[in-house]
Amino acid sequence: MTASKTAAVTAGADTALRHKVLRRIKSRPTTRGAVILLGILLLLALLAPFIAPQNPHDLASLSVMDNRLEPGAQGMSGITYWLGTDAQGRDMLSAILYGLRTSLLVGLTSTAGALAIGILAGLVAAQFGGAIDAAIMRVVDFMLGFPSILIALVLLASIGRGVDKVIIAIILVQWAQYARLMRAAALVERRKEYIEAAVNFGLPTRHIMLTHLLPNSISAVLVVSTISIAGAITLEATLSFLGVGVPVTQPSLGLLIANGFEFLLSGEYWIAAFPGIALVLLIMSLNLVGERLRRSFNVRGQ
Amino acid sequence: MTAYILQRLIQSALVLLAVSIVVFLAVYGIGDPIELLVPPQVSAAERTAMIQRLGLDLPVWQQYLGFLGKALKGDLGFSFVHGVPAVDLILARLPATFELVLLAMSLAAVIGIPLGLLAGLNPESRPSRAIMAGTILGFSLPSFWKGMMLILLFSVFLGWLPTAGRGETVSVLGIPTSLLTLDGLKHLALPALNLAIPNMALMIRLVAAGTTEAMTQDYVKYARAKGVRRKRIVGRHVLRNILIPVVTVAGMEFGSLVAFSTITETVFAWPGMGKLLIDSIYQLDRPLVVAYVMLATFLFVAVNFLVDILYAALDPRVKLTGEMA
Repeated sequence: MTASKTAAVTAGADTALRHKVLRRIKSRPTTRGAVILLGILLLLALLAPFIAPQNPHDLASLSVMDNRLEPGAQGMSGITYWLGTDAQGRDMLSAILYGLRTSLLVGLTSTAGALAIGILAGLVAAQFGGAIDAAIMRVVDFMLGFPSILIALVLLASIGRGVDKVIIAIILVQWAQYARLMRAAALVERRKEYIEAAVNFGLPTRHIMLTHLLPNSISAVLVVSTISIAGAITLEATLSFLGVGVPVTQPSLGLLIANGFEFLLSGEYWIAAFPGIALVLLIMSLNLVGERLRRSFNVRGQ
Repeated sequence: MTAYILQRLIQSALVLLAVSIVVFLAVYGIGDPIELLVPPQVSAAERTAMIQRLGLDLPVWQQYLGFLGKALKGDLGFSFVHGVPAVDLILARLPATFELVLLAMSLAAVIGIPLGLLAGLNPESRPSRAIMAGTILGFSLPSFWKGMMLILLFSVFLGWLPTAGRGETVSVLGIPTSLLTLDGLKHLALPALNLAIPNMALMIRLVAAGTTEAMTQDYVKYARAKGVRRKRIVGRHVLRNILIPVVTVAGMEFGSLVAFSTITETVFAWPGMGKLLIDSIYQLDRPLVVAYVMLATFLFVAVNFLVDILYAALDPRVKLTGEMA
């Protein structure tokens, strides 16, 4: 069997599997609901500047007189605050829409970064083996041995807060899990005949790694990454709550919740509660979709 | 067994050494501690004297060796803010964190294992599905927000439980504990529940998956064929077999519970190690942060070590040879 034929067969099986997965996602009402919810949240985040009643970052458009109004209250300028306002008189609905943007930005960017590093590290470890493999995997074991929140917390405590810094911290704590998964998948793939054929053809190692090994062993990592986006978003929210995350000028959902904390005890629940609900909906829909994907592709979790 | 224990001991020591290097470089390498320690109005001579006294004029590796040497003797430096040994400060907060983690873990096991069994025995039934859906919620709720909502519900709206602090404590063998007073337990209830929920979800999932798998095994079929009652099969055979991974994960999660208690302690103003860490980060109290990380690492490494040994002792299939990694 020639290499191209094998590739065609694999591709055929892949398409069949993909169809099966899509069918399963459609047939489960919970998963379907989660996909729709996720789509709505993404759309809301994307369109925030056009649909938000107010620009929460523009201090000039805020009216301090309207601070801490209850949900549904009307402001001085006649605007209705459907989800209430915070201590600066900021419309919570607008703040949540913009916060969703920041949370998703951090979650998606950091996951993409961690994926890139993890995939590369795993691929290199599997391809070269020996001392390189051992060195990479020792670092991976080391990173995975500690709770990610603690590593990120201490790191940010020393480099300071900022959207870029939070992204770096999350990449640093998340790449290791991808490296481990990628290495395992690539090791299995490397034993297959078509790789052997490619090696015997005398193809350069880099070519084999990038055009054969990478596309054929990447699926497990991609499947798990959906759940990891949820993890990254939670981590960002937690770090922001603890005061080492995103800056106050670009509040994420986590920071909005943190800002509402001090008003909780006096019963002004909406400042902390509503951004939290948005956050939970986002994390849960990602987890539900990710869990279904993981099961359908039969990938073992971390 | 001795060879295995020895090998694991060496591994643990290496991890501790690596962490000490990384932490030392990360925390002491960034920024100049002189700026923090020496007031700007001090004269140049005094400044030099201070640098010499603190050993900050030495090359980094010598500074590190000094740090390591002291660390081995249990001295991790003095807190900038409090002026007392950092280790003492952390150890004083240890009991509060421990009782919180211990109670959370017990809650997770006492509630999680029966629910997991229930869900695992009839995976397709309606209550089982509800339980499994609940675990996704348990994983998805961010710890800090969940804590706030618990406060909102039980303290602000219902007024049943206090919102912050440790309450009344009594001393047992010189260690203060909230577990033995009613007021202390009331203060413990919400933080412990908050900390327990994700672990409960994890327990349920593990036990459910294990049970479903175990019920198809030959030993269960054999027991059933022998006429053993279902209750006995589950209680004696199934439960015993699934407890091995549960113990492992519980042990591994102990470390992350200590780490996550940082968040819970911050929300509930619980005076434990985690709250101390957050406070010292705000106050730029570097020696305290370093000491916390070193002690936490020591704790994780020690617990992992014990779990491995326990695992080997519990599971007859695990062979205790030197080759086992």
